[in-house]
Amino acid sequence: MKSLIDKEKLINSELATKIQNSFIKNNELTIEINENDLIEVIQFLKSNEKCKFRQLIDIAGVDYPDSEKRFQLVYLLLSHQNNIRIKVSIQFQLNQIINSITKIFPSANWMEREVFDMYGIKFKNHPDLRRILTDYGFKGHPLRKDFPLTGFNEVRYSEKEKKVIYEPVKLEQNYRNFDFESPWEGTNYLKEIKNLEKHDKKN
Amino acid sequence: MTKKTKSLNLNFGPQHPAAHGVLRLILELDGEVVEKADPHIGLLHRGTEKLIEQKTYTQALPYFDRLDYVAPMNQEHAFALAAEKLLDIEVPIRAKYIRVIFCEIGRILSHILNVTTQALDVGALTPSLWGFEERETLMTFYERASGSRLHANYFRTGGVHQDIPLKLIDDIEKFCKSFPKIIDDLEGLLTDNRIFKQRNVEIGIVTKQEALDHSFSGVMLRGSGVPWDLRRSQPYEIYKDLDFKIPVGKNGDCYDRYLCRIEEMRESVKIILQCIEKLPKGPVKSIDGKISPPNRDDLKQSMEALIHHFKLFTEGYRVPKGDVYTAVEAPKGEFGVYLISDGTNKPYRCKIRAPGFSHLQAMDYLIRGHMLADVPAVLGSLDIVFGEVDR
Repeated sequence: MKSLIDKEKLINSELATKIQNSFIKNNELTIEINENDLIEVIQFLKSNEKCKFRQLIDIAGVDYPDSEKRFQLVYLLLSHQNNIRIKVSIQFQLNQIINSITKIFPSANWMEREVFDMYGIKFKNHPDLRRILTDYGFKGHPLRKDFPLTGFNEVRYSEKEKKVIYEPVKLEQNYRNFDFESPWEGTNYLKEIKNLEKHDKKN
Repeated sequence: MTKKTKSLNLNFGPQHPAAHGVLRLILELDGEVVEKADPHIGLLHRGTEKLIEQKTYTQALPYFDRLDYVAPMNQEHAFALAAEKLLDIEVPIRAKYIRVIFCEIGRILSHILNVTTQALDVGALTPSLWGFEERETLMTFYERASGSRLHANYFRTGGVHQDIPLKLIDDIEKFCKSFPKIIDDLEGLLTDNRIFKQRNVEIGIVTKQEALDHSFSGVMLRGSGVPWDLRRSQPYEIYKDLDFKIPVGKNGDCYDRYLCRIEEMRESVKIILQCIEKLPKGPVKSIDGKISPPNRDDLKQSMEALIHHFKLFTEGYRVPKGDVYTAVEAPKGEFGVYLISDGTNKPYRCKIRAPGFSHLQAMDYLIRGHMLADVPAVLGSLDIVFGEVDR
């Protein structure tokens, strides 16, 4: 814990202007930065003698459709020497292009490809930005919150055409999303009505 | 006059027996030398992360069995730890011991499969026949604890599902006494085997620096001489109190990684024996009725228990807002779960960090300049399972 606080101080003092916010929660250190400073910050964390975050563990994309800055990318880094982890988080808008960090960490290649595949976030200077997990010729970005769980197309083998064919998804029953809000707190639809009433009164 | 040469493109898989699942590897060959390898993955992509976002925390857990299906409980462990960290609950000590026993069984399961199939890939058939018999025994242990051989769904947030049957511990102990002999037998077949060595020594060499740059973890990292094991460096559960060694390789080639795995199996046996010796009595899941379901007996007697049971299996429990990353040392390397909760009964986002994903990514650089026949050897020593690579 102490080493985490030390590192937080160190990073804050060295990168003062670039850090928007930093905090330790659940015993994990997170720093929030501007997306344009990404390369410098990651480079610093990797090469600084006191940080030595030599390994990129993963890049996680998150979608917040209601937020103005819709997407968040979280870079998870690990330092073997100091035995600590750090999370670097950036938030940005829908069509923004993010700098690729493949030059710093070669392993970011597939991780960025996965983010591109799942969220449609584009990376600048990426050597080979193709889809990776989804089918050849797939359309859409499945991990976006507005992509339906059941998807759009399904495949089956057609006896008639003697090949695998794509068809629009047909469900016997729609996917049901149950409302688990406790009745004491008011179910979702009641809350919505209440909110609407409030809104009307204000206007 | 120079002779014009044309490189040959070869599809390795997706139905190749040595591709360890559904890997489509597009190789560019110059004669028999591989110039470039482009792995096409995702043929087993099931959208686990998307599905988890639609399920309660209890319902999300079984998906983890289906990732690395060779060592299911190790995966469950990472998710259970993540949820526990967000909920800030303590796991009873007996549950911790049981978890460690089954995680180490999972490690042995995975390493047997890997070592023997790697031998199979380079031409030795017998080890897999011997090894799979032991795997079958281990899977019956899984079955006796959880009810199923593979998709266990045994670890739950706050502990494990049920206490283990009395006789099971004795049987696991008996197995641990007899298993080192089997490892010796396997080693007798492979370790000094001339053909096995010719196929593996100095093949697919990874240096320390490259291992770090390519996000390697687990045996891939230790085989290159980096002494890093999460069980030791960031201990979870009760690994702090256990006495075990971390085998580290020297040359970072396929052969060293094989040796590491063999030694790790021996260490796992030691860990299990220590756990059996120390196994304390007590509850096996959190006593907090808001998180772990009540006993079957109480359900018939207590109204409170009935309500809890109903609420837990319809709505589930709510997890406080926040994000955590927890990692465990799975047999294949660092398996991590990055979990974001928005305070409801379902995870907002669950990013799964699979070790095999980064390992397979390095395939291109590992195999460049090697012969075509080395492809299965390198692929085998990477220890790839497509359940976790494709998710």
